[in-house]
Amino acid sequence: MSPEATLLLAMAAPLVGAIGIFVTGYEPNLRESVTMVTALITFALVATLFPVVASGAAPSVTLLEMFPGLSITFTLEPLGMIFAGIASFLWIITSIYSLGYMRGHHEQNQTRFYFFFAVAISAAIAIAFSGNMLTLFIFYEVLTISTYPLVTHAGTEAAKKGGRIYLGILITTSISFLLLGMIWTYVEVGTLDFKKGGLFTNGAGAGMLGILFGLYIYGIGKAALMPFHRWLPAAMVAPTPVSALLHAVAVVKAGVFSVLKVTLYIFGLETLRDSGVSDWLAYVAGATVIIASLVAMTKDNLKARLAYSTISQLSYVVLGGMVATSLGMMGGAMHIVMHAFGKITLFFCAGAIMVASHRTEVSQLKGLGRTMPVTFICFTIGTLSIIGLPPLGGLWSKWYLALGAADAGHLILVGVLMLSSLLNIAYLLVIPVRAFFSEPDPDVEAQFNDHHDDHHGDEHHDHAPATGAGAPVICPAHGIHEAPLPCLIAISITAAGSIALFFFAGPIFEFLKPIVTP
Amino acid sequence: MDPILHLSEDFPGLFNYWVVVVLMMIGFYIVIAHDNLVKKIVGLNVFQVAVFVFYISMAKIKGGTAPILDSSITVYSNPLPHVLILTAIVVGVATTALGLALVVRIQRAYGTIEEDEIAAQEDDA
Amino acid sequence: MIAAHLPALQVVVPLILAPICIIFRSATVGWVLMLAGSWSALAIALAILEQVTTGGTIVYALGDWAAPWGIEYRIDTLGAFVLVIVSAIAAVVSLYVKTSIEHEIPPVRRYLFHCMMLLCLSGLLGMTVTGDAFNLFVFLEISSLSTYVLISFGRDRRSLTAAYRYLIMGTVGATFYVIGVGMMYMMTGTLNMADLAAKVPEVADTRTIQAALAFLTVGLALKVAMFPLHLWLPNAYCYAPSAVTVFLAATATKVAIYAFIRVVFTVFGGVEVFEAFNVQGLLMVLAIAGMFAGSAVAIYQTNVKRLMAYSSVAQIGYMMLGISFGSVTGLAGGIIHLFNHAVTKGGIFMALGCIAYRLGSVNLDDMAGIGKKMPATMLAVVIGGLSLIGVPLTAGFISKWYLIRAALESDAWPIALLVLLSSLLAVIYVWRIVETAYFRQPSRVVEEMEPAPLSLLVPTYILIGAAVYFGIDATTTIDVAIAAAEGLLGAKP
Repeated sequence: MSPEATLLLAMAAPLVGAIGIFVTGYEPNLRESVTMVTALITFALVATLFPVVASGAAPSVTLLEMFPGLSITFTLEPLGMIFAGIASFLWIITSIYSLGYMRGHHEQNQTRFYFFFAVAISAAIAIAFSGNMLTLFIFYEVLTISTYPLVTHAGTEAAKKGGRIYLGILITTSISFLLLGMIWTYVEVGTLDFKKGGLFTNGAGAGMLGILFGLYIYGIGKAALMPFHRWLPAAMVAPTPVSALLHAVAVVKAGVFSVLKVTLYIFGLETLRDSGVSDWLAYVAGATVIIASLVAMTKDNLKARLAYSTISQLSYVVLGGMVATSLGMMGGAMHIVMHAFGKITLFFCAGAIMVASHRTEVSQLKGLGRTMPVTFICFTIGTLSIIGLPPLGGLWSKWYLALGAADAGHLILVGVLMLSSLLNIAYLLVIPVRAFFSEPDPDVEAQFNDHHDDHHGDEHHDHAPATGAGAPVICPAHGIHEAPLPCLIAISITAAGSIALFFFAGPIFEFLKPIVTP
Repeated sequence: MDPILHLSEDFPGLFNYWVVVVLMMIGFYIVIAHDNLVKKIVGLNVFQVAVFVFYISMAKIKGGTAPILDSSITVYSNPLPHVLILTAIVVGVATTALGLALVVRIQRAYGTIEEDEIAAQEDDA
Repeated sequence: MIAAHLPALQVVVPLILAPICIIFRSATVGWVLMLAGSWSALAIALAILEQVTTGGTIVYALGDWAAPWGIEYRIDTLGAFVLVIVSAIAAVVSLYVKTSIEHEIPPVRRYLFHCMMLLCLSGLLGMTVTGDAFNLFVFLEISSLSTYVLISFGRDRRSLTAAYRYLIMGTVGATFYVIGVGMMYMMTGTLNMADLAAKVPEVADTRTIQAALAFLTVGLALKVAMFPLHLWLPNAYCYAPSAVTVFLAATATKVAIYAFIRVVFTVFGGVEVFEAFNVQGLLMVLAIAGMFAGSAVAIYQTNVKRLMAYSSVAQIGYMMLGISFGSVTGLAGGIIHLFNHAVTKGGIFMALGCIAYRLGSVNLDDMAGIGKKMPATMLAVVIGGLSLIGVPLTAGFISKWYLIRAALESDAWPIALLVLLSSLLAVIYVWRIVETAYFRQPSRVVEEMEPAPLSLLVPTYILIGAAVYFGIDATTTIDVAIAAAEGLLGAKP
């Protein structure tokens, strides 16, 4: 099959799967198999495209002309391939995880959940493959709209409010800033194609460039750059698989991916360096890194803490783009991958803890490591990747980011990166440390054991290992089990991935190199 | 030239147009100021009559006769505006008839044809 | 043979079928006649569009009386486009109408309803084809009078006062138009639009012509429901029967905008209207005021039909803004939005009609939780709402793109920003509906409701489908609109 056909199929497959999910909604096992099969097919299709792009080819497909002279076009290039790769791979893992989580948590409207999930993944892959800004914008908006039902899945007042903030911020930024910037670019240069070296190579005024660039970067609200970051914690009202894949991987990565793509292919690294318009944004990103980390330290709710950690980590990528050096860009691109695996592990663990023990606050997790060892070991692995310690992949992306910042002469930003590692230790590492090495807090245990007793009569509360949950089921008088098996499998795979990435950072670096070589 | 002098000199010739303006304003005022629905329609009619007079005045030519073809007559009043006005009169009649029919229905539905009383009833609804 | 007389047939076919409805006094026959009338009008309109795109402007002398004394029908690209819009909407509405009036109009009076719809259709089509200024007034009044009757068919007694108010305001507007035409006749001696275009530039400096332009624009602005002359619109749309609201929202104001464009760009085409008469600023200000006022008031409405009516006021503001730029991009943007809004608002009002059919009400509170019971209908409302906001892949995005492009090309970036900000207001009122429909608990009435009947859903989805289709593949509408804009603006000698 030609690369062009594969390209289109990779985007179409999740949509076809979505229809399949809608149709098989009445039979949950059948429906879940449809999801799994679709995810596997999608990843397989994306995977076959890697060697094509590695060889230097850039297959392109124009779907149709929307405006005279402007079409919906898809073009493959290394940055997009990386994003599509992690999105499709992690969809498989998330589907495994969702199986355990949605059933373990007795969620309603699961068909609707899987349906919109598939649509969102399709939109994410379409963003990854976009060949011009118009296409990216179209699918960026599709992603926002298709994730709204996922964010507000619970249907409660809180979900509604969270959805309002989510949609409000994302649509406001994309319509007021991004659309304006995009059309302005079109009026100025007559095209919106992504071109290496950018579209402004024949000397545009620094003032205009500055405003335009600002419109783009702030218009990409999904990158959660302060002060437009509030949607991320608001979206935590969503079920954990949604938070994990979409808000640790697909949605936020679409945001920072778009930032990098715009930086590279609309403006160009050289143009930005020469005009210096991206410098102040590099500092905004740096500030976001620090402020978000500080806020994370104050959050007791685990998902909220992870949300602010995500905001902080996203600004790493933005920072890499804004310093406008090759190494910075590479570091940012690699961080997309490293952070995806690390953060998804953490979110999966948070969800697993919630399903298994109904606990949501950090203060309630003391000593839990002994009853949920697998979960918390994986949590530790994810944390170490985020902090950036060997042998986890996160080390490499941080390394290149620091080099890139130094290259541009922004030594303060190097300091920011170092400081944030320390802060990460403070707000992330304490969790598994306390889980393993602290004694359980008696008040917390009492609170949850009362709750546990309420469940003793329920059908879902079974202690027998015969359910197939292979992990140690510890239920003395009252106890907690490990997470459901599918969740554990998912967590282990992503944690292992974080370790594997340490060793595979080289090939990824080589794959990405062409985006910065002139 | 002094505008007031200008006007008073042309006044006899522009008399028709002054009437048009006065009628138009009277009609418009009635439409806006009166609450009674039938009176509003009357005001509309006065407003439309002003337009009729306007067109007819436009058509009149000094010394012109009715537009009947006869070899001895050379100056005619312009017949076209007369035709236009016939059309407009018909339209006006249709509008008045329709308006009054609506007023009858409103009377049946609300029991009154005073706009403020109707508005009060609608606010309660 | 027929091909030569298409312009006349376009108007005559629905016009003749109208009194035949009365002869038969049967609701079914009336409906069949309405179907026949609107679908043949559509066929004729498409044929005319074909003729115009291949052969250029059609000029047809009615009754073989030569212009400028005879009445002439003149159809250029824009006219043909509007003809297709109006007749297509009428055709889809005629599919929709049979079921939707079941609960709204007593059986004995339905034949009258169909008769009035046909009259209104022929009036609107006539306004579009005519090339004579006074003839436009005649057709304007035909369509307006039948509209007043149509509105008064509504179930609620407030439809009567709404119709009455529209009658008063509409007649004032039409009379203003006639005064304007009269003044122009006085100065140029002709009523034929093409002839006027040739003669106006010589007398453009006189106060009479300036007053004429003022009267014409104010009169038409009233019909267009441009802010602040829009006061008749919310009640008229709200209390009319569902099918009437659909028809009106999608056609009446659009044809009035067409007439406005004709007057400003064709009749006064020889004069640089925007520079000579200094109206551009005023028009822009009023358009933008309409955009914001309409959207802002819409947010607070509890009756969804009324909400959408105010939304229409805002959308009309967009169209007028596009026109006020006076550039090809701007004018094309206004024309594209004419089409896009017609299909979008038509679809939304059809979906609301589905809800009214089952629920008997379109109050926001009554609609709580309706998303689960009428999923297809609410999906149509959501898609329509997204098009109003201007989300990509819907028709509204295309219009917004052109409007913003026009603003940036004219170096008016504050206006671009204002257009975008008013789109955000649209997000608010659309999301109010979404949240009520999907997040609140349904009442008992809603629980026991059935979904909308297919005979109502299919026409709704025809229009909503068009709103999506022309948001993805907009090349046809864009090409026509740009050709029309270039023709209008290039008409200067």
